[in-house]
Amino acid sequence: MNRRNLLGLASGAAIAPMLGPIWAARADEASPRLVVIMLRGAVDGLNVVVPYGEQAYYNARPTIAIQRPGGPNGALALDGHFGLHPALASLMPLWAEKKLAFIHAAGSPDPNRSHFDAQQFIENGTPGRPATPDGWMNRTLAALPGARTPTDALSVGPTLPFILRGPIAVANLPLGPKAAQPMAIDQPQVASAFDKLYAGTDKQAEAYRQGREARTELVADMPAEEQMADNGAPPANDFPAIAGRLAGLMTRDRHIRLAFGALGGWDTHVNQGNDTGQLAGRLRPLGDGLVALAKGLGPDWDDTIVVVISEFGRTVRENGNRGTDHGHGNAIWIAGGKVNGGKIYGDWPGLADAQLYQNRDLAITTDYRLVLATVLERHLRLPDTAMAQIFPGMPAMRGNLNQILAA
Amino acid sequence: MRPSRLLATVCVVGLIGAFAAPGVTLASDSDQQIIHVLNRIAFGPTAAELAHVREVGIDRYIDEQLHPQAIPEPAELTQRLAGLDTLGLSDAQLFIDYGPILPAMNGGIKLTPEEQKARRERAQIIVQQAQEARVWRALYSRRQLQEVMVDFWYNHFNVFAGKGLDHLWVGRYEADVIRPYALGKFRDLLLATAHSPAMLFYLDNQLNTEPGSPGAKGNLTGINENYAREIMELHTLGVDGGYTQNDVIALAHILTGWGLQRQDLRFGAGPAAAFDPSRHDFTPKVFLGRTIQPSGEAEGVEAINMLASNPATAHHIAYQLAQYFVADQPPPALVDRLAQRFRATDGDIAAVLKTLLTSAEFRNSAGQKYKTPYQYVLSAARAVGVEVNNPRPLLGTMARLGEGLYQCQTPDGYKNTEDAWLSPDATTLRIGFATALGRGNLPVKEPPPPPNNNQLAANLAANRAAVGMSTPPQPPQLIADQEPAKPKPDALDPAPLEALLGPVLSANTLAIVSQAQPDLRAALILGSPDFMRR
Repeated sequence: MNRRNLLGLASGAAIAPMLGPIWAARADEASPRLVVIMLRGAVDGLNVVVPYGEQAYYNARPTIAIQRPGGPNGALALDGHFGLHPALASLMPLWAEKKLAFIHAAGSPDPNRSHFDAQQFIENGTPGRPATPDGWMNRTLAALPGARTPTDALSVGPTLPFILRGPIAVANLPLGPKAAQPMAIDQPQVASAFDKLYAGTDKQAEAYRQGREARTELVADMPAEEQMADNGAPPANDFPAIAGRLAGLMTRDRHIRLAFGALGGWDTHVNQGNDTGQLAGRLRPLGDGLVALAKGLGPDWDDTIVVVISEFGRTVRENGNRGTDHGHGNAIWIAGGKVNGGKIYGDWPGLADAQLYQNRDLAITTDYRLVLATVLERHLRLPDTAMAQIFPGMPAMRGNLNQILAA
Repeated sequence: MRPSRLLATVCVVGLIGAFAAPGVTLASDSDQQIIHVLNRIAFGPTAAELAHVREVGIDRYIDEQLHPQAIPEPAELTQRLAGLDTLGLSDAQLFIDYGPILPAMNGGIKLTPEEQKARRERAQIIVQQAQEARVWRALYSRRQLQEVMVDFWYNHFNVFAGKGLDHLWVGRYEADVIRPYALGKFRDLLLATAHSPAMLFYLDNQLNTEPGSPGAKGNLTGINENYAREIMELHTLGVDGGYTQNDVIALAHILTGWGLQRQDLRFGAGPAAAFDPSRHDFTPKVFLGRTIQPSGEAEGVEAINMLASNPATAHHIAYQLAQYFVADQPPPALVDRLAQRFRATDGDIAAVLKTLLTSAEFRNSAGQKYKTPYQYVLSAARAVGVEVNNPRPLLGTMARLGEGLYQCQTPDGYKNTEDAWLSPDATTLRIGFATALGRGNLPVKEPPPPPNNNQLAANLAANRAAVGMSTPPQPPQLIADQEPAKPKPDALDPAPLEALLGPVLSANTLAIVSQAQPDLRAALILGSPDFMRR
């Protein structure tokens, strides 16, 4: 059933072109999808993908290091040099299936240590150029072939992040416990009255129509039992539940090509913890949520890539408060059915004093745009020429990055 | 419709650039200007505030608002605030009554995890009461510009209630640090934030310690540069304000020892923040090109004064004020004039605001700003004039729209630009709120049920008795007996709302509202695209 036909919007004329030929063209072949999860606040990548083979790591972090694999609460060995934070144990099956990989010492080449500027550069795709008016995911949307639909791109949250801002309309839904709760706008007489107020072509009217469409398309399709289960109190950390809902939406709404979500709370200046503690407490639901997403997608997992990225890394040496300060290089996570996983990508620069960036941070050897461009080209099948629009000024591809995705 | 008035309207629109509706009367053209002012320096018009400004005129109203201490507060508001008992507790009292009970305060006995959890849950009353106080002041205070500036400065000097002990202190922080200086000297405001336990805890400076100093032990063994960076990037110079990573590190050393008064806190006495010389770096530092000689706490005061006087700070604050009050992309000429005024008056906030509010750029900017969730929800409740005995539904709506009060996790605070808040989901949520409010279904009139933590409180009383501490006052009943009968939900009468807001609604909106079924008219006005702007 096509719920859009039930809408009866006063501004139907404006909506009609978006409906297009309903996906018949793409139905025979599965559409590739991309999910980006941004960890705002700069996650400590050296405690996520732990260089346990390096004594300098342990020298720099007397109280917060993750111990070597094998011991109690040690890192989970990924290869002979790197191990995973033990709070991410739920991801190990994905690693074993070779559906999970990391690109270490990656990030934005801009030296800025401001969270806000650095996030802007990750989101606008132009490090060092804050004035770029739109986000790289919106430019990606513009480059995708096929008819536009209102739910081509979905941001999980109450606001639209910069990464998705731009000329192409994008849907957003918080997907919290109240996502499927009935609202006044679901009542036909309320909707038809407001449709008239928002019949214009300005940004507010566009947002209104997009919100109505997304709600009709997405929320109405949420299974009844899910709506029931959500009536209780939200869990302590609701990312796994949100990821499960996102998976449900993506399997039911074939239009969703791009999805974005952000998680906060990674700015661990103080009492970061090691195998337990603050960082561990945030990593666990993140890992569980990624597993929930993978499981919930079912067969669609084969056509989905998930990228987890943060604005910069944290200092190699722990500070005086058992925490870490703003750094530079970090690990980018990449998971999905087509990932050539079970492998750490990128050139590892080392943690000896002379190898550090400005004598304090993990150096960057892989520009984050190269990782994303690889996904856009090889997974979303965007042409080379689109990259000049999406990541203008991106350096030339190098190293083994193009092996991240199975051919 | 009165076509004969059309010409006059068009002329005024041309002059003031307001988004006027054709067909409104000449008399209400000045109402447009008044409502524009009330949309910016108040949380939107009320019938009473509009009548007052009609009487005294816009210029005098602005002058009144720039001197809030001369404006009497309504007795009704004072009464409501008097019912919030935690507002009267000091930082140290809040710590001892609601904070974690340290083993040292408890004969060496650690509370069980269940006891700690119960104590944390009981402490939620502090943030709840601070939120209620903030909403009631924003709705009912006649010092509207002061409350608008509380919103502005709280976001500028943001502290997140969810970080550690800050749930104890955000209310005090607002009452002692933000509101008293909201229209004073920027330098005093900046110094007050730097001396506040809430900020020192939030940005970790309470731990910032010179390595190897006599007081360096336990968790206090080294430099933490978090606050030093943010005070320059966010609070003063701005990210392009001309400082380097070396300045961040120098300032962090200068601010070593600025922290909490740990000993006194345990006894519920004294100021919660204090300078600890035993953790300070007593060596000379070079900060922003100047050598700071060792002098303990005075070094930090000197550095903060340098930041307050820096021209980059004047420009940064001028830009932010112009963005908040005029346009998302503020006119550069206005920003320059405000920065100049800031420098000429040693950062006198009221003087800078006077220049701003009497500028042509301000006058001609009606409707250019998209309301933040906070502004939208408050302005709707003020416009309909409903008696808000339970602010929870308003606070819940702000939170669902992404702007939970005291809940901004990051130090940059909530933004006030259209880009940040206009989204598809937010639009449908706002319309849902407008419909509930307009149909009389939003349960704000009936006082909330008493907090359901009597059992927790009883358990805690037992715990406290066991450790020899007195039992604090029970959570208040929140003006429980002002509204004995449960009011029947009923759609609002749209006529007063049309009369109040008509001058700033577009002809299209007015026409659609007049054709709608009566019980939806108030909802349509409040949920209109026009009302989402200010």
